This record gives sequence, structure tokens and C-alpha cells, in this order.
Amino acid sequence: MKKVAAYRAPYPGTQPNHLHSPYVSSIKRAPTKPLVQIPYTLSEVTGPLFSSKIVAPKASDLTRQHSGEPLGERIIVSGRVLDENSRPLANTVVEIWQANAAGRYRHDVDQHDAPLDPNFTGCGQAVTDAEGHYRFVTIRPGEYPWRNHYNAWRAAHIHFSLFGPAFATRLVTQMYFPGDPLIPFDPIFNCTADEKARNRLISAFDWETTMPEHALGYRFDLILRGREATPMED
Amino acid sequence: MSLVTTTSQTVGPFFKIGFEWLNCDNLVGEGVSGERITIQGRIFDGDGIPVPDAILEIWQANAHGKYDHPEDTQNKPVEPGFKGYGRVPVTAAGMFRFTTIKPGPVPGPNGNEQAPHLVISVFMRGLLKRLVTRMYFPGDARNASDPILNLVEPARRSTLIAKRTAGAPGTLEWNILLQGPDETVFFDLGL
Repeated sequence: MKKVAAYRAPYPGTQPNHLHSPYVSSIKRAPTKPLVQIPYTLSEVTGPLFSSKIVAPKASDLTRQHSGEPLGERIIVSGRVLDENSRPLANTVVEIWQANAAGRYRHDVDQHDAPLDPNFTGCGQAVTDAEGHYRFVTIRPGEYPWRNHYNAWRAAHIHFSLFGPAFATRLVTQMYFPGDPLIPFDPIFNCTADEKARNRLISAFDWETTMPEHALGYRFDLILRGREATPMED
Repeated sequence: MSLVTTTSQTVGPFFKIGFEWLNCDNLVGEGVSGERITIQGRIFDGDGIPVPDAILEIWQANAHGKYDHPEDTQNKPVEPGFKGYGRVPVTAAGMFRFTTIKPGPVPGPNGNEQAPHLVISVFMRGLLKRLVTRMYFPGDARNASDPILNLVEPARRSTLIAKRTAGAPGTLEWNILLQGPDETVFFDLGL
């Protein structure tokens, strides 16, 4: 039995605290007692691994899920999934979900009076290739109001969810768009203290993945936690 | 070169559209060994109100105490019908419910044994990063020597142990309290 190598702790300020009071929903939901520190065990360094076959190839094109084309600006969102040691993470599931071009989610709870788009569901999945690349075709999501505070608006964003190789590497985050004027005022974007870490949530416009006369490309790389050096066999 | 882990963000209120395709509230496939159990409960916020928009992810070993993962090198069998993964949203009334088997014990941090347990991630609007907790089984003598439970102050250990349900054998109840005097123990994995 190998001894279990831990995953590295984050650099200070690069991950949010559970409580961030400008994001009002965190106030009654963030734990109030200190978290209990535990060592890594086999339970945390293992985790669900999925066959790439569970994701249909067409699941990464959110513009082709209905009979017609969705309204809005078609975009290509692509990037790489790496760990902190710069190793590409192959064959990991990437899930995304988002609002439509008008800023409305196809969800019962979304009461924003912007129109639904019959040709846009707003969710997709991809699996990274051997070099950790993923690619989605979608439409640029709209900004939308929310009730966090007076005149509150969410910056345009796409939700990302990744498993990685272990329970410890699970990550859910959001991707933003360069130049969005709402970003400085978005309390969810601003929940992370470290400015550089925050700004890495903003995708980069990318000529290389832009398709002439078809769609603009945005690049968004995702980094999952890396491990301490593996201990020697007992 | 050393990179920095991408910062976590909340799942928000609309995660259902992104997560639903991989929901799994019955972890037990055909021919799987072990004692079948249903686990149900609710998640309460700081006002004691059941949370209607949360989702749990479960990870566990099979009845032999083997994880279906290459890093588990124990000489124990995996079972094709049992992956050990669950993803269970709460209902609008704030209830979650899933069916699984009681896992076998798995190795602990120092070569000692851990009591049977599930590891659980909790996601919801309002949580900027997931919460990590564990669920243990009532009446299991191995709980007393579990190396992780023993890191928790004794008065709070009961928050991690499910309760039997009167008149419903095979059903366990386990609630998650986000705040308050009986706040569930959440673990720091350096997330």
C-alpha cells in the first residue's frame, strides 16, 4: 500500500472564503465554525472517473441542440486543463451552463423578464483530449439583473465544472469576458482577495481559435490542484 | 513551472441545467454486493430553513472497501455495477434521498483502518466554494477508532453520523446544518 501524497494547499488569497458578505446569499449559508483540518486519505485522493463515451461529441456544441440556431453572437470557448505542476489533465469531464443571449436561463427559478430562446438550452459537456484541450461552441451569454443589492447585475459569465483525477480536485468556477464593464461591480467575481487569481477568471480574446466569417474565439485555461511529491513506497 | 489553481466560484441558483445529465440517486447497479440503504435528509441554513437549491456529490468505496480508481491498489475486487459516484439535488421542499450500499472499511492515513463512510461535497447558491463533509454509519463499533472522527471534538462527532429511522429499516436519516450550535462538521482539505 502506497502512502498517500497530499494535494497542495492554495496560495493565500487565491481561493474565496466561504463568507463574503457583499454576496448576500453567503451570510446564512457559510459555516460559522472553523473547518476541521484532516490529512489526505485514500478517500480524498480517489474520485469518480468517467469514460469519455458518456459525453456525446455533439454535447460540446450548444448551438446545435435544437432544430434552429440560437439567437446571439456565436463564440468558441476553448482552452486547456492542467494541474499546478503544468501537467495536462487528459480525459476529464468539463461541464458548462449559461444564460442565453438575452441573459435568461432555461430554469424555473429564473424570473428575469427576458425572452427564452427555443433553440438554446444553455448546457454542454466536453472531455479533454490527451493534451488537456477542450472546446465548446456556444453563444455569448447576456448580462442579467439579480437581487443581491439595488441595481445589481451579473457580469456575463459561463459556469464551468470539472472533476479532475480525485475527489480533492473537484472545481466549479465561472468564466468572464474581457472588457465587460460589470466585472468590477460583481460581488461574486470579487469574492477572491488575490487580484491576479480573480483576473484569471477573465477569458482572453483569441485570434487563433477565431473562425473567419463564423465565430470569435475566447481562450480559458483551467488549473486544478497539484500534488505534493509522491512519497516512496512503504 | 508552477501554476495556481483556478479560483472557485459559486454554482449559483441555476446549476440544475448543467448538472442534471449526470445526476445519480441510485448508486447500486445489478449484482452489487452489500447492504442496501436509503439515506435521506435535509440541509438547513442559518435561519433553520431547508435549503431548496443545493446538490450533494457522493464518493464511496464498495462493500469490500475498494475504490473504483487506479490509485486504490488494495488487493480487493471492484464491482462492475458499482462506481461509488452519486449526484443528488435536493427537492423544492429541501429534501435529498439516495440509495447506496454500506461501504467496507478503507485504509487510513497511517496504515490504520477508517470506519465505513461516504465523502460528500455540498454545492449551493451562496457557497463560493464547495463544503466537504463525511457521513458515517450508526452503531458501527469502528467509528470509535476512526482516525478522522477522532480529529473532531467529541461533542460534534454526532453531526457526521446518520441516524436510524424508526419503523423504516434500511433507511438512514442525515441532516446537514450549515450554521448554529449543531452545525455540521466540515473539513478543510485546503480548498
